Amino acid sequence: MSTETTEVKGIEEATTEEQQEMQDTVVSPEKAEEAKLKARYPHLGAKPGGSDLLRKRLQKGQKYFDSGDYNMAKAKMKNKQLPAAAPEKAEITGEHIPTPQDLPQRKTSLMASKLAG
Amino acid sequence: MAGAGGGANDVQWCFSQVKGAIDDDVAEADIISTVEFNHSGELLATGDKGGRVVIFQQDIENKSQAQCRSEYNVYSTFQSHEPEFDYLKSLEIEEKINKIRWLPQKNAAQFLLSTNDKTIKLWKISERDKRPEGYNLKEEDGRYRDASTITTLRVPVFRPMDLMVEASPRRIFANAHTYHINSISVNSDNETYLSADDLRINLWHLEITDRSFNIVDIKPANMEELTEVITAAEFHPLQCNTFVYSSSKGTIRLCDMRASALCDKHSKLFEEPEDPSNRSFFSEIISSISDVKFSHSGRYMMTRDYLSVKIWDLNMENRPVETYQVHEYLRSKLCSLYENDCIFDKFECCWNGNDSVVMTGSYNNFFRMLERGQRRDMTLEASRECSKPRQVLKPRRVCAGGKRKKDEISVDSLDFNKKILHTAWHPEENIIAVATTNNLYIFQEKVN
Repeated sequence: MSTETTEVKGIEEATTEEQQEMQDTVVSPEKAEEAKLKARYPHLGAKPGGSDLLRKRLQKGQKYFDSGDYNMAKAKMKNKQLPAAAPEKAEITGEHIPTPQDLPQRKTSLMASKLAG
Repeated sequence: MAGAGGGANDVQWCFSQVKGAIDDDVAEADIISTVEFNHSGELLATGDKGGRVVIFQQDIENKSQAQCRSEYNVYSTFQSHEPEFDYLKSLEIEEKINKIRWLPQKNAAQFLLSTNDKTIKLWKISERDKRPEGYNLKEEDGRYRDASTITTLRVPVFRPMDLMVEASPRRIFANAHTYHINSISVNSDNETYLSADDLRINLWHLEITDRSFNIVDIKPANMEELTEVITAAEFHPLQCNTFVYSSSKGTIRLCDMRASALCDKHSKLFEEPEDPSNRSFFSEIISSISDVKFSHSGRYMMTRDYLSVKIWDLNMENRPVETYQVHEYLRSKLCSLYENDCIFDKFECCWNGNDSVVMTGSYNNFFRMLERGQRRDMTLEASRECSKPRQVLKPRRVCAGGKRKKDEISVDSLDFNKKILHTAWHPEENIIAVATTNNLYIFQEKVN
């Protein structure tokens, strides 16, 4: 009991609610964690699973201002990943019709998966 | 097979193979996002964040033995989805493969459905081991011959060639989902399948891409009133009219498509009553179901929420018949797990072939084998340190608090970046595929 009194003294303006919470910490680790969270983020809303959380979940995709913005961002990312240079195949022009074997390999947008390596 | 019937603790698991790069610097594209065996277990497919699918094929060394050692080797790999941009909403559409589901095999070719957030694709994987040779008008390299040089006529013949495995997209099911697709499930009728996003479930016919039927719609008229979302959905393995879907509030609804065209009204509602005095800020978040899977028998279903696995008897709605703690020691860490977003991790779960053992992943590259019946459980680790050929995996133990025994690992030492979200169990044998962030581990039952 003495430890409880010390705790009460340590926290300014402990209300009966907080005293109940402190008792709960002994009973439930989950409530102890909740108390910790509320201490760090006092403005955290009462309804955790409510619309805010769900709406954040529904809007998962990254928003861009427009397609130009998106393409600029993609170009910046491509510059970071240095793609392997595709070997130059001899150009086929002239009288005969090119065949699939003659055409240069279709450039894959991304490199092959390392799981297949 | 005798092995498949054995319980979790009768079976000793050994390392078989590991796929993927060793280096710690993981590219985003290499993050594995789904793992699935086909119906025979001969093929194992993985999908990743880069939109790529890699299929491995079982290569059985010695078919005559009852328990044989098998290896999975690369069979085919292709780019399933590419990143897209939704111009109307200025939103990026990720190419990450959310789910892969195999169709039962009907002919020589294999078919699978793969989906990202918005589009489902039906892929045909076929083998080619012969090619025609001896055309009259064309050279072997395809160039046309000069007509004046042709003096004889011959019949082209098929000659054997090196096996080539080709993957081609046969159907593209697009533009049916406003929200992000989280599940696909093939019906037992092998003609239809469902796709589920956060608020709606659609029914498709595998042959028809320009039309799908909406069978569940939980979008409220006013989005401010939104209280729950759909987290997973699956068709019953035997009854073609039955499917279930789970929610972020920890409930599962079973629907019968014979009842009405729109299955908004459930036939059964599975929900475990909650003790209101135990309710905390985290209660709803950790009760959100991340995966739901029917047993092979169709009698039971399993749900995975943040801390536990629950087995439900379809005949009993008011509580699960079995509950297993996956990592109860995390209950006292919920505050930090909320701060680093780990509390929102979506773990999957799976059944073994005869529904006697279930498996699910955890953190620190640990995964859990939960044996029903015997009520025994085991924690194993997928790591490069236990990756010598046929090395038997030693059970791991986590120390929740107090004195840490030798060989135990304390909760604070767990690496929360090493999560095993996706696991799969061979439909008949004791072979499991466990995906760490960017590696795929294959473990097999110890063969003496």
